[in-house]
Amino acid sequence: MIDFFQLTFSGLATGCIYALAALGFTLLWQASGTINFATGEFVMLPAFGMLGCMAIGLPLWAAFIVTVFLAVIVLGWGFKSLVVNPLIRQGMMPLIVATIGLALVMRNGVRQIYSAEAHPFPNVFGDHIFNVLGVTFSSGDVGTLVLALIIIFALQAFINGTITGRAMQAVAQNPESATVLGINVQRMVLYTFAINAALATAAALLVTPIYLAKFDMGLSLGMKAFLAAIIGGFNNSRGALLGGLIVGVLENWAAAYVSPAYKDAVALVLFFAVIMLKPNGLLGTVETRKV
Amino acid sequence: MKKWNIAALVIGLIVLAIAPMGLKKYGLYLLSYWMVFVIATMGLNLVLGYAGQKSLGHAAFMAIGAYTVALLQAQGVSFWLAMPAAAALSFAVGWLVGYPALRVQMHYLAFATLGFNEVLMLVIRNEEWLTGGTFGINNITRPAGFGSDLSFYYLIFAFTIAICGFLFLFLRSPWGRAFTALRDNPLRAESLGINIQRYTLMAFAIGAAISGLSGGLFAGLVNFIEPIPFSTQTSIMMYLMVVIGGSGYFLGPILGAAIGVILPEWLRDFGGWYLVVFGAAVMALMVWLPGGLLSIPQTIKDKRAAKLANEARSAHAARLKAEDEGAQA
Repeated sequence: MIDFFQLTFSGLATGCIYALAALGFTLLWQASGTINFATGEFVMLPAFGMLGCMAIGLPLWAAFIVTVFLAVIVLGWGFKSLVVNPLIRQGMMPLIVATIGLALVMRNGVRQIYSAEAHPFPNVFGDHIFNVLGVTFSSGDVGTLVLALIIIFALQAFINGTITGRAMQAVAQNPESATVLGINVQRMVLYTFAINAALATAAALLVTPIYLAKFDMGLSLGMKAFLAAIIGGFNNSRGALLGGLIVGVLENWAAAYVSPAYKDAVALVLFFAVIMLKPNGLLGTVETRKV
Repeated sequence: MKKWNIAALVIGLIVLAIAPMGLKKYGLYLLSYWMVFVIATMGLNLVLGYAGQKSLGHAAFMAIGAYTVALLQAQGVSFWLAMPAAAALSFAVGWLVGYPALRVQMHYLAFATLGFNEVLMLVIRNEEWLTGGTFGINNITRPAGFGSDLSFYYLIFAFTIAICGFLFLFLRSPWGRAFTALRDNPLRAESLGINIQRYTLMAFAIGAAISGLSGGLFAGLVNFIEPIPFSTQTSIMMYLMVVIGGSGYFLGPILGAAIGVILPEWLRDFGGWYLVVFGAAVMALMVWLPGGLLSIPQTIKDKRAAKLANEARSAHAARLKAEDEGAQA
C-alpha cells in the first residue's frame, strides 16, 4: 500500500510536467489552430539555454529567468512570426509538416553545437528524501508537483480572471467575433505563444534533472505531452492537466504492476480508447463536420 | 501519356538498369535502399496523396513486412511465399488500422497512426521470443539466385517496376478514382454512392500491403533487422518524403525518397548539419510550395493564368473607361 502511494505521488509529479508541455500544446491549438510537433523540442531548447547561462556563471534561478525571456522571444514571437504566420493560410497539414521540420532543425542543431552527450542538470529543489507516515517523498517530486500546480492554476486564474485572459479565450473560440468586439486578435495570439514558450521553459526546469539535457530528450517528452493532450481533450486546457496526471500516474502503475517493459503501453491503450470513443478527449467538446 | 513522358520513362529505366554496373558496393546498396523507400512511400502516397488519409505510421507496415519475411524464412519458408504472406499480413493490419480513420480525420488520424506505430515498436522491442527484441534478427537470407548485391538490386528493381505499374493502372481504375473522390470531398463522394467506409479501409490496406512488401525487401537487403529503422521517426520521415516530392503526384515518392535517402549521403561532409538544412528546407517548402516539388509546373501555370486574367481585366477596364470618355466628348 505504501508503495502504491509512493508510485502514485511520483507519478503525479511527472504527470504535472507532462501537463505543462501538454498545456502549451492545447493553448497553441486553441489560439491559432497550430499543432506543434516540436513540442518536445520546445522543452529541450530552454534546457540547453539554461545550461548555457549557467556555463557563463549565472546561478540556476537567474539562468531560468534569462531563459524565459529568450524563450518568449525565440520560441514565442519568433515561432509565431517566422513559422506560423506565413503558414497558417496553407492549412493545417503544411503547418504540421513545417513543425516537424522545425523539430529536426532544433534537434540536430543542438546536437551539432552541444554534442550528442547527455549533460547533467541541477535539480532546483535539491534531492533530499524525507519520510511522512512511512511514505518516502523526495524534495524534487514535492517541489515539482507544487510548482507545476501553482503555474497551472495561476495560468487558469489569468485566463479566466483578467480582461486579457478573457480576450484570449474569445480569440480561441471565435476570432471573427473577437475582432468585431475590438480585440486585437494578433496580439492575443502572440500572448498565447509567449505563454507556451514560458511553460516550456518551466517544464524544462523541472524535467531536465530527470531526463538529463540531451538533444533528443524532446522525442519521448513530446510524445507524452501529446498523449496527455489528446487523452484530456486538446481543445480544453483543463483537459491537459487531467491528461498529464493520468499519463504520469498510469505509467508508474504499469511499470510496477504490469511490466516495466510495457510501461508506455497503458497510456497508449488509453489514448486509442479515447481517439476511438471520444476523439475530442475526456473533457473536450465536439467539433462539427462541414461540407 | 505524352510522348516526352514516355521517352523520359524509358531513359530513366535504362539508366537504372545500367547504372549498377558502374557502381561500387556502397553505391549499389544506396540505390537499392532508395528503391525500397520508393516502394514504401508509393504505398504511403496512395493512402496520403490519393485517398487523403493522413497516416503517420507507415513505417509500422514496413516493420510487419520485414519481420514476417525474416521470421518465415528462419522457419524454412521460401522468400517467394514469405513475400505474399508479408503483403497479406500488412494488408490485414492496414485494414484494421483503417478503422480509426472511419471515425477520425486529419490530425486525429495522424495521431492515431503515430500511436499505432509506437505500440508496434513496443511489442517488437519487448517480445524477444518472437522478434529478438532490441537485438533484432540476424542472417536474413536472400532468395536463391539473388544472393549477390547486384542480382538483389535487380530483384528490387523488378518489384519497383511491378508495383509502380500496378499502382499506375489501379489509380486509373474506378477504384482509384473513388479514392481521389474521397479525398477531395468525402461528403459529396458519399452522396454519389461511394461506400466511404469500404474505400477508406481499402486504401489503408493496399497502401499497407505495398509498404509491407518494401519491408520484406528491406530485410533481404540489409540482412539484419532491429526495431529502430521502423520507429515513428521513420514514419515521419516517410511522410516528409511524400510531401516534399508532392503528395498525390504519381512520381512524387521517387523524387521524395531520393531527397530523403540519397541526398544525405551526397551531403555527408556536412554531417549532422545536413538534417538542420533538411528541416529548414522542409519549412521553406511548406511556405512557398505546400504541394511539393512536383507541383512547380502547376504552380507556374496557375500563376501565369492568374497574371493573364489580371492583364485581360485591366485591359478591359481601360477600354471601357476610354469608351466612356469618348462618349462624353
